[in-house]
Amino acid sequence: MDALMLSRLQFAMTAGFHFIFVPLTLGLVILVAIMQTIYVRTGDQDYLRMTKFWGKLFLINFAIGVVTGITLEFQFGMNWAEYSKYVGDIFGAPLAIEATVAFFLESTFLGVWIFGWKKVSKKAHLFAIWMVALGSNLSALWILIANGWMQHPVGYELRNGRAELVDFVAVIFSPYAWLKFFHTVSSGWVIGAFFVMGISAYHLLKKNEIQLFKKSMKIASVFGLLSAFAVFLIGDFHAAEVAKTQPSKFAAMESIWETQEGAPVIMFAVPDSENERNSVEILPLPKLASILAYHSPNAEVTGLKDIPKDERPPVGLTFFSFRIMVGLGTLFLLLTVLAYYYSRKGVIENKTLLLRVLLYSIPLPYIAAQVGWIVAEVGRQPWIVYGLMKTSDAVSVNITTSQVFLSLLGFLVFYGTLGVVDIYLLFKFARKGPEAPKNAQTAGEVQ
Amino acid sequence: MLETIWFALWGLLWAVYFMLDGFDFGAGMLHPVLGKDDTDKRIIINTLGPVWDGNEVWLITAGGATFAAFPTTYAYMFSWLYTPLLLILFGLIIRGVAFEFRGKAESETWKKVWDTCIFLGSFVPALLFGVAFGNIFEGLLIDANNVYRGNLFSLLNPYGLLTGVLFVALFLTHGALWLSMKTEGDLQVRAKALVPKLWIATVVIAVLFLVMTYFVTPLFNNFFDMPAFLLVPVIAVAALLALGILFKKSSFLAFIASCLTIVMVTFTGVIGLFPNLLPSKIDPAYSLTAFNTSSSEYTLTIMTVVVVLFVPVVIAYQVWTYYVFRHSVRPEDVTDPDVEAY
Repeated sequence: MDALMLSRLQFAMTAGFHFIFVPLTLGLVILVAIMQTIYVRTGDQDYLRMTKFWGKLFLINFAIGVVTGITLEFQFGMNWAEYSKYVGDIFGAPLAIEATVAFFLESTFLGVWIFGWKKVSKKAHLFAIWMVALGSNLSALWILIANGWMQHPVGYELRNGRAELVDFVAVIFSPYAWLKFFHTVSSGWVIGAFFVMGISAYHLLKKNEIQLFKKSMKIASVFGLLSAFAVFLIGDFHAAEVAKTQPSKFAAMESIWETQEGAPVIMFAVPDSENERNSVEILPLPKLASILAYHSPNAEVTGLKDIPKDERPPVGLTFFSFRIMVGLGTLFLLLTVLAYYYSRKGVIENKTLLLRVLLYSIPLPYIAAQVGWIVAEVGRQPWIVYGLMKTSDAVSVNITTSQVFLSLLGFLVFYGTLGVVDIYLLFKFARKGPEAPKNAQTAGEVQ
Repeated sequence: MLETIWFALWGLLWAVYFMLDGFDFGAGMLHPVLGKDDTDKRIIINTLGPVWDGNEVWLITAGGATFAAFPTTYAYMFSWLYTPLLLILFGLIIRGVAFEFRGKAESETWKKVWDTCIFLGSFVPALLFGVAFGNIFEGLLIDANNVYRGNLFSLLNPYGLLTGVLFVALFLTHGALWLSMKTEGDLQVRAKALVPKLWIATVVIAVLFLVMTYFVTPLFNNFFDMPAFLLVPVIAVAALLALGILFKKSSFLAFIASCLTIVMVTFTGVIGLFPNLLPSKIDPAYSLTAFNTSSSEYTLTIMTVVVVLFVPVVIAYQVWTYYVFRHSVRPEDVTDPDVEAY
């Protein structure tokens, strides 16, 4: 393997690892903020204990999310120097803005939230967690504006041997970027909701703190239902945008080889890139791909054969990832509807089968998010900036294969260890449940 | 013009970063020395708890600003200095998770592991930032085709290492002052006892650094051309000397002097570099400068607007958090079950 392939592996690994922790942050912080808001409004101690319990899990997760983010910023320069030179005029700005308007907000107010329980007023403390929520979601916005530009470059001109920014507004308001942002953050909210629902289900099955976890379940199921619906709806618009702007990715997502009108969605296929066909095709749903792409049954969809061979993404990986993502997305909608329905009726603690399913579903939204990124990033290959720069031209020329090999090995060992420790801590504190009610404490305060 | 402004901002971001994360590094390095028992160690960590994360964002902003304003410098700097940056990165990662994870289990081994991580995560970045900047002051082995001819071992030359040691000494003093301010009782007595020793060591290293800088780097040329700028290194020296005197009266004033020292030392380097971001030791003509690596004027204008609008807001709420957490950390602050602590 050469420095290019190793750098790609390293980026995929570090970005994928970062994105195990970040999406939970995006969703869980909102849930914690909602719980704390109810506490501040009602004074109900249950909600205070909920806030602290879920807050602790949020912090354990946040620690890794934040430190692994720096890796990605460094890597653009370290491994992708040619890319950074070529598009830095455009790509650097959203990254710098992210740090300035979002990351400071998130990090600074997180400090206030963790350590400020007795140092600032209740309202200021509640404000802090909402600022953390705003900061982390805003941070995602700027990153996805940057990524959206790589997917669908706009507002630039090729000058002085590089892409130069000529229309900042076009970059910021690129529909591709916004669709991707909403699709990505709402999938993070689904992860947060399933995390809370799954752990609540565990405690309900154990008949542990039933009132508290029923309340947690209810809040998470409402939030999860809305989010799962949003992911689905925006995903549909997003797919249409992909069809319009990245025809090769869309063709790979559906494994469509021939350009055709009224293209079908094939439920299951085995793409055979060598012979430019699908060796197996099961259950084609007629006209559905055309409807998905252009919201019109007879619209023409470009096939892979009309895209030069060296500009086609890996079809199999893109196709299967897309199917897993959509399948899981449908399941989330179903599960959140059930969780919400029984929570509303107040009988969720008796539905042991559903509770068990919810418990074991915790990893599923993570898988959906990871395969979603595979669709987005592998589907864009061989381009690093779609239609403008190839990944093979983007790698640093000043690094050696052994350097990247050693750093990749370092990352694997290092991240592997951290991941294990983090998951151990999440398990430990999730299982332990919330701290006992502080009656003695409250009495102490009154004296 | 905009290039010059961004060059200054680039320097400012680094200066603020070193000023803020500097005491985190210092306290982290002193953690094994001053933390006699678990409560002491937790107090030290908790003086940093509310602020270290916000401090670190200044580094991310400095990196992001380099990317946005000087993309070519960003690209070369990070790929040329690949290995030291990777080690800095690993250091920052283990420091961050160690703060959060250390208190999450009771076992002694567990705590020892994270204590080691806090020390290494403070020492390695402090030293290597110094080594990296020392090498930049000295000039890198950049050839005519923008190829870097050095490696990790050529970076570890006497001047690079001396700059690394200077950074470590400055941050140790800074951290000891921080702890003198933010702790009470026995721990405070021990922290205070360290300050004069660290201060003398820093003064000696600083003198060596200034002498060697004169002989090894072209850093002073700009100052001889524009003598008004000599005020900056003069303030740096004066602040460092004042630190030792002020300390007898107040840790807070001495800490402010230490902040000023770090900012002025950084600016001395930055002014000496101008307009180079990465000077070439082989031939000055091969250097990467604020002018030949900058973004377009349009991008720089947008970034300037963003900075003018948002940086004051950031400074305002960060100052507010320092005010909220202005009190020293006492043993009961880390043992009270009703208060969050690391």
